[in-house]
Amino acid sequence: MKYVLMFVETEEFAKELAAMSEPDRQEAFERVGRWFADHAAHITHHAHLGPAEAATTVRLDGSADAVVTDGPFVEGKEVVSGYAEIEVADLDQALAIARTWPACPVVEIRPIT
Amino acid sequence: MTGENTGAEAERRERAHGELARVLREHAGRLTACLVRVLGDFAAAEDVMADAVETALKRWPAEGVPEHPDAWLLTVARRRGLDLLRRQARYRDKLAELTWPPQPDPDDQLKLIFTCCHPALPRPAQLALTLRTVCGLTTAQIAAAFLVPEATVVQRITRAKRKISQAGIPYRVPGDDELPDRLDQVLAVVYLLFNEGYLASGGGRPHAAHLAGDAEWLAARLAWLVPRRPEVLGLLALIRLHQARAAARFTAAGDLVLLRDQDRSRWDRAAIAEAIRLLERAAALRRPGPYQLQAAIVACHAEAPTWDDTDWEQIVVLYDMLLALAPSPVHRLHRAIAVHHAPPPRGGADAALAVLDGLSPADLRTLDRYPLYHATRAELLRALDRPAAARTADRRALELTANPAQQALLQERLTWKG
Repeated sequence: MKYVLMFVETEEFAKELAAMSEPDRQEAFERVGRWFADHAAHITHHAHLGPAEAATTVRLDGSADAVVTDGPFVEGKEVVSGYAEIEVADLDQALAIARTWPACPVVEIRPIT
Repeated sequence: MTGENTGAEAERRERAHGELARVLREHAGRLTACLVRVLGDFAAAEDVMADAVETALKRWPAEGVPEHPDAWLLTVARRRGLDLLRRQARYRDKLAELTWPPQPDPDDQLKLIFTCCHPALPRPAQLALTLRTVCGLTTAQIAAAFLVPEATVVQRITRAKRKISQAGIPYRVPGDDELPDRLDQVLAVVYLLFNEGYLASGGGRPHAAHLAGDAEWLAARLAWLVPRRPEVLGLLALIRLHQARAAARFTAAGDLVLLRDQDRSRWDRAAIAEAIRLLERAAALRRPGPYQLQAAIVACHAEAPTWDDTDWEQIVVLYDMLLALAPSPVHRLHRAIAVHHAPPPRGGADAALAVLDGLSPADLRTLDRYPLYHATRAELLRALDRPAAARTADRRALELTANPAQQALLQERLTWKG
């Protein structure tokens, strides 16, 4: 089955990352790089998203003009910061991969239909 | 109709129900497991088997339980399944291949349990799904047991089955690295089922009382399917220690009798001894856990010939071990109660009050809603000759008991007063 792992950043995590020393931050990035290398056999596609401040939302609510607004469509303290598409046997295998994710504190797993 | 006749009839119905429940537990879950394997689809197998169970419950009370209930269920499941799954050729062919006797695989039932209790499902769905597919209950029976509308149970099960298929929840026994966590989830489900049944029994919810039996059966099944797991044995021992004393828990009128006042001659001594042997087998594996420790605490009560002979010092030690593994304000309260009854200098009312006064603000916030906390304080204050403060605490306990929190009171007492 195919799943998308959505990596969700929290405000707290962003602050921790910002407060890190340069070598520590470098090491955190390397851990993420190693994770992608370790699971390369299952990862079919992945991307890191730009910051939530750069998001623009279009609301197509049926009226004549679509409403364009600044910001992500879900306002909140948790924002999706990237995703990886994986191909594995079942949810347990997807969970096992998600459990080893070394960066942001929340990962949502969604099957692709 | 006289009251006596109604009573006798209710008893007959109750016996017949118990027999049906036993037969269905024994066979329906096993056959569902076979069907999932043959069809390769949890939802389809569950639909087919649930339909066969409904048919059995309609026909068995009138026609009697067939000589080979499992063969009967399989025949009905296959015939009705061919109707239900008419449009799905892949299921039809597989179902047609299914002949008696189905190939037994002890792991099938375990896979079924692990799928029903998968952590990706919400807890109420885990409970409903386990009861329906593993224990062979109907949605109407589950609804009656939990006092929720049947539509709610149907919706929970439908959503859970959809999630299982859409999210790709596997049908398998977890690998060694995942097994401890996943087994904890299963045990939590069994424990909740037991609590629900145990607390409600005698409270005018006969369907809930059956849950205690379902939970005991599930725990025994697990102990057989995954041997050498001490917490499984611990949970089974805990359930059996409670069940062995169930007869003394209520008056003829259905009122709860506190442990201190129970007629201990009505306890099933043989069953208690059996449960304690089970607990010793668990202890020999040398990996203590919360269920084993709770069972050990209940065993201290069950072994005591009288309330005054209870080994309270041992109970305090066991609560200390339990709190180290599973800290909880309710367990701390129960520890304080054991301290009250333990001999001085470690025990006594002043020592117990000191324990309660030393609780953290977070614990106190939780316990403030528990009538047992205030009732315990009242008892301690009275023993220490502070009647005015005792009355205040009593009033608070009474306020809380007068509302539907009665259930909660019973819950707290479950662990120590049985």
